[in-house]
Amino acid sequence: MSQDLYITNSVLIRDSRVWKNEMLIFKNENEVTFSKFLKAIYRHQELKYPKFFKMDGLSKLGYLATEILTNGEIQNKSTALVFANSASSLETDEAYAQTIQDFPSPALFVYTLPNIMLGEISIRHQLKSENIFFVSREFDASLFIDYCRVTFQQKKAENMLCGWVDLHNNDYDVFLWQIARSGGTDFNEEELKKLYLSTHE
Amino acid sequence: MSRNYLLSDSIISPIGFSTKENLAAIIRSESALKLHENSKFFENGFYAGLIEESIIDEKFSRIGEPGYYTKLEKMIILAIQQVLDKQPGLKIENTGLIISTTKGNIDQLGKTRYSPDRVYLWKMAEVIADLFGFKTKPILISNACISGALAIKAANDLISSGRFTNAIVAGGDLVSDFVLSGFQSFQAISPEPCRPFSNDRQGVSLGEAAAAILIGKANSDASEKVAYIDATTANDANHISGPSRTGEGLFQSISRLFRNNNIKPYQIDFLSAHGTATIYNDEMEAIAFNRAGLEQIPVNSFKGYYGHTLGTSALIESILTKHSLLNGQLLNSLNYSASGVSQGLNIIQKNEKRELKLALKTASGFGGCNLAMLLKKESI
Repeated sequence: MSQDLYITNSVLIRDSRVWKNEMLIFKNENEVTFSKFLKAIYRHQELKYPKFFKMDGLSKLGYLATEILTNGEIQNKSTALVFANSASSLETDEAYAQTIQDFPSPALFVYTLPNIMLGEISIRHQLKSENIFFVSREFDASLFIDYCRVTFQQKKAENMLCGWVDLHNNDYDVFLWQIARSGGTDFNEEELKKLYLSTHE
Repeated sequence: MSRNYLLSDSIISPIGFSTKENLAAIIRSESALKLHENSKFFENGFYAGLIEESIIDEKFSRIGEPGYYTKLEKMIILAIQQVLDKQPGLKIENTGLIISTTKGNIDQLGKTRYSPDRVYLWKMAEVIADLFGFKTKPILISNACISGALAIKAANDLISSGRFTNAIVAGGDLVSDFVLSGFQSFQAISPEPCRPFSNDRQGVSLGEAAAAILIGKANSDASEKVAYIDATTANDANHISGPSRTGEGLFQSISRLFRNNNIKPYQIDFLSAHGTATIYNDEMEAIAFNRAGLEQIPVNSFKGYYGHTLGTSALIESILTKHSLLNGQLLNSLNYSASGVSQGLNIIQKNEKRELKLALKTASGFGGCNLAMLLKKESI
């Protein structure tokens, strides 16, 4: 069964820079830490969501990329979330493990699952939609394509927010995009890979 | 579109090293939950379902060198091997491997016995896939406590997409210091074996286990099989660690599933709940089940037998639901005393033979995730 699906927009956060629809929209001029870079994006976007400051790094990345991608509004509440990364929640796992000997931190433990990010995005945008979180060594375009196509075929979503949000040892790699039945770039493996790699010369 | 079926399966747990042994232990009301006193996190010890690594190694030595693999890898490999042993004609080149886990080899974090990349979930999946020679890249799902059932859904959906013709879904999680201390930091661990839906429940017990099942087209002459009908997920959009007070996400996942498949609540013969035995989770489920019109449906939680096995739990419970359907047997919700939720539920209080056709499996987890899945016995 074939159906036409399109990538309607995309965001990349990589190397202290943020791109939206392949246009550079933010760049950190000075060498700053990862957490300062996140705060700088938050300020640049003029966001007001105090919950942001309670999130772990992975959820902050997912939240920020979603706000930029959607201009802060996901109109279609039947927007499924299909996300993946390589390091799962290892960044926060390691931070939590440091606390175990003295005083295990519930505030850190709650972020030791990668799909918490989907919970944060769902809360922010009031999405009671389909969720799944995959973990793969590298960005796997064909897995996204296969899973998303079937989800549309089964009519379980009218729109889809997909993301590769990876974070470990302060190295981050973020690629978000939306899929719909009309408008934009063809949703196929070649185009998806091209978009993912679009910041590489 | 032809359906996919829940075919050969395996459960590796403290109460048995095969599905058959596990079912026999459940019939005997045997529980994996025992008191363990050697923990720095619990002054008076804690109840959990643990498997001695030496027992695993003994079974594993027929497959490979126990020293090369972590405890969790060995458990998952044992489960997969049992499925393959029952399916000698299976073409591995057309078979996908989908692994569900929440924390993988988290017990190896900061340790040096294995290569450090073993704490990456994808690495664990690759190590397991390589041992069996799977040709397709393994897929790993880590979506909190719905992972096990979500992996069955993903298997069905990816078979539909043509990615492979059938798939082995395997899951596993350990009771590590990491997870124990975390649940204890939430003050969520019960001081006695967990009592799902009961008025004397005091929290979760944790358990470790692995399981595996083949999902695909009917491939044997058995006259009755259990088909995967459909599954839906829904987020609560409410709280990242606390269950929704209204059971919204669970209710949405069930009601959408019923609507999509034209099912009425009274058609469900058996409901396998999540039932972790925390105050708020069980109450949330009771509210959602009542909103969905399921208050009369015989329901159990298997957590009294195993504890909460995290990324494996919904996989084990789906396998047990399959066998409940095939055997025509409702299984007792162990450790239940009296109703401890505000809404009426028809909790199964003794093992009972009964004709069963259609079952509903549900699961909920951190991150506000919920899943509902329909399984149906078909005569072929």
